[in-house]
Amino acid sequence: MTLTALQLLAVLLLAVAIGFSVIRLLRGPTTLDRVVAADTLAVITTAGLVGLAAVFDNPVYLDVALVYGTLAFVGTVAIARAIEGNKG
Amino acid sequence: MEVLADILLVIGSAFMAIGSLGLLRMPDVYNRLQAGTKAATLGAMALLLGIGLHHPDWWPKLLVIAGFVLFTNPVGSSTIARAARMTGIKPWSADKQQGDA
Repeated sequence: MTLTALQLLAVLLLAVAIGFSVIRLLRGPTTLDRVVAADTLAVITTAGLVGLAAVFDNPVYLDVALVYGTLAFVGTVAIARAIEGNKG
Repeated sequence: MEVLADILLVIGSAFMAIGSLGLLRMPDVYNRLQAGTKAATLGAMALLLGIGLHHPDWWPKLLVIAGFVLFTNPVGSSTIARAARMTGIKPWSADKQQGDA
């Protein structure tokens, strides 16, 4: 399927968002900055997988997006609770 | 209708890009949480709405994903903020000018 100009602009903006988040993920001064960046990156990836479902016209990617969101949420909460427990 | 859906896709992606820019520019963990989580959630909602206008038969699964994002993002961000508070990270203040912007 071919993308219209507006859809190409949306893909470009998603790429910019992923780039900014990855820079913060690599540079973050504390561990929690990296966790925040990973959390934001997970939301962007979930939305990107839904967009991929539309590009490929294949609804199975919606299930992939849902499972990815679940696992990313569990990972974020687990890491945050572990950091909290270390010092508390 | 197709153009409206495409405009919604661009709005959602733009909100995610601006949220990530805030994630990069804000001075400490709490500000980054605000910028990243809220803008990314709104962007995801707009993007899901745009995809739903393109493919009307996907509405049920899209609603499940939207509800899931709306439920997990505040929980995750409040857990991170609680962890930051417990580890003793002080909120940024303009007097001290600490942290890298």
